[in-house]
Amino acid sequence: MNSLYYQKRLSRNIGDKFFTSLSVICALIAILPLIFLVTYILIKGGSQITPELFTLEPNPPGDDLDAGGINPALIGTLIITTIASIIAIPVGVGGGIYLAEYSKGGAFSRFIRFGVNVLAGVPSIIAGVFIYALIVSTKILFGSMYSGLAGGMALSILMLPTVIKTTDEGLKLVPNELRYASLGVGASMYTTILKVTLPSAFRSIATGVVLGIARAAGETAPLIFTALFSYYYIVGFEDLFYEMGSLAVLIYNFALEPYDAQNKLAWAASFILVLSILSVNIFSRILAAFTEKTKRV
Amino acid sequence: MEEKLTLFKNRKRFGIEKNIDIIFKNTALVLSSFVAIILLGIILVVFFQSFESFSRYGLKFLVTSEWNPVKDEYGAFTAIYGTLVTSFLSLLITIPLGVGTAIFITEDFVPKVFREIIGSFVELLAAIPSVVLGLWAIFVMEPFFRAFFVFLHNFFGWIPLFSTEPTGRNSLLAILILVVMLLPIVTSIARDTLNQVPKKLRNAAYGIGASRWKTIFSVILPAALSGIMAGVLLALGRAMGETMAVTMIIGNSNAFSWSLLSPGYTISSMLANQFGEADGSQVSSLFYAAFVLMILSLVVNIFAQWLVKKFSLKY
Repeated sequence: MNSLYYQKRLSRNIGDKFFTSLSVICALIAILPLIFLVTYILIKGGSQITPELFTLEPNPPGDDLDAGGINPALIGTLIITTIASIIAIPVGVGGGIYLAEYSKGGAFSRFIRFGVNVLAGVPSIIAGVFIYALIVSTKILFGSMYSGLAGGMALSILMLPTVIKTTDEGLKLVPNELRYASLGVGASMYTTILKVTLPSAFRSIATGVVLGIARAAGETAPLIFTALFSYYYIVGFEDLFYEMGSLAVLIYNFALEPYDAQNKLAWAASFILVLSILSVNIFSRILAAFTEKTKRV
Repeated sequence: MEEKLTLFKNRKRFGIEKNIDIIFKNTALVLSSFVAIILLGIILVVFFQSFESFSRYGLKFLVTSEWNPVKDEYGAFTAIYGTLVTSFLSLLITIPLGVGTAIFITEDFVPKVFREIIGSFVELLAAIPSVVLGLWAIFVMEPFFRAFFVFLHNFFGWIPLFSTEPTGRNSLLAILILVVMLLPIVTSIARDTLNQVPKKLRNAAYGIGASRWKTIFSVILPAALSGIMAGVLLALGRAMGETMAVTMIIGNSNAFSWSLLSPGYTISSMLANQFGEADGSQVSSLFYAAFVLMILSLVVNIFAQWLVKKFSLKY
């Protein structure tokens, strides 16, 4: 009779309780430091934000207490990320179109998909080493060595797999009926892709691409010996061919300085970087969830 | 009827449209092959740049720890050991934590809303740049753990792993910050795989009287094992190549030590530190080290892909 009731002292029930609490503890250990980390960055960095931060050059580290601002690094990050996007998005979207629309699952497309996954796993510093050997040390870009352009190229290598993957997967989700309909009324293949499949996959591709850009904006390792760092304002087009600062490298350089003023600048830069990356992520997540809901209706 | 058919036959595409179509297809083809070109380019460039060092030191490079630009003697054992130790030990800590958390958010211990919030929060953390984690590690984690490291040394100093006096930055801190970096990866992949295990497996196990954790251990985890393994391998590849956070906290010393409480080196932190100022045969030796790192991460990644293909869920 009793066996129909829940018995606390049964070994299986004790074991269940034990493992349940274990998984709760795991979750707590995993999540608490993460929450602490985010709030700490936001509070510590947010408290350093001043209007001058956005307009001044950083002062070279030294005894003077005023560290200046991060204007060149902020602009530099925007420029380098833009260069990377200009290279990676056309190449990636084009490659994704080939994989999803033209390839028929043969050896070539399987090899490319494999290559995309492998390239995604290449350590980011290797991309920097590669661009250093190819562009910086050979001075192939009009005799300039370290440059924002080289930094952008290194970042584009990291963005490329993400862009191809999201394009490929986004296009695969487009129902085949749309393609048949378009081809059936006599549209050619490229019209079908440009006017029908690509627009209907636009949102998911755009989300993936934006996330890829956000990730690239925070990358440091490929930049430390391709774009290097600069303390000076970016004033003209020719600055592309010289050393260029970026938020990520600024954080790296100034975190290792022994001076408090520079460290504070690093915190402020982290705040801006983390806040922009997190808001891009959250925004695109909400957008994706919203699209999914409207599709279901 | 006859008339209509001929009508269709005569309606050809304009030549120019046909050409555009062909050009479009071939452009896409060329763009997609860029991936292969870049990948091969990276492998070839790094290999040829390391050739000088490779021919001089051969495989001895991998097992000696002398790194002396003045005497032109190079060996990367310290860095290779550091790379392997930090990545494997951090993974060892991450796996139970990550899988435990993933189980927590796929079971119904707490309402679904909370689980989804926790899940997306963990995923968001993967987006935090590693250089910011490094900054946090320097100014928050290191002071926080200092007393604990002294305690570790005092009580477990007889174990070689804790045999040196803790002085500021060290390998153990690098391992801990790697855990913070890897947790989101392992947790989100494990969660996705656990969610994919079909409900009927769970219901069948419950139906024949298995308790919740009996079901998890004997049915759900085995079914999800391959996916979790692939996630773990991806995390391992990430840990090996991770540069910034590790460089900032590991202490960057080429003096070899078994102890985790002494400053260490990894291949990527060595590259980050020395590449800018290196010249002569040091550059070639750094490329050799980069080549070793690339091979390590390629092997791990390819193995992960193979695992996914071979053992993907068959339900």
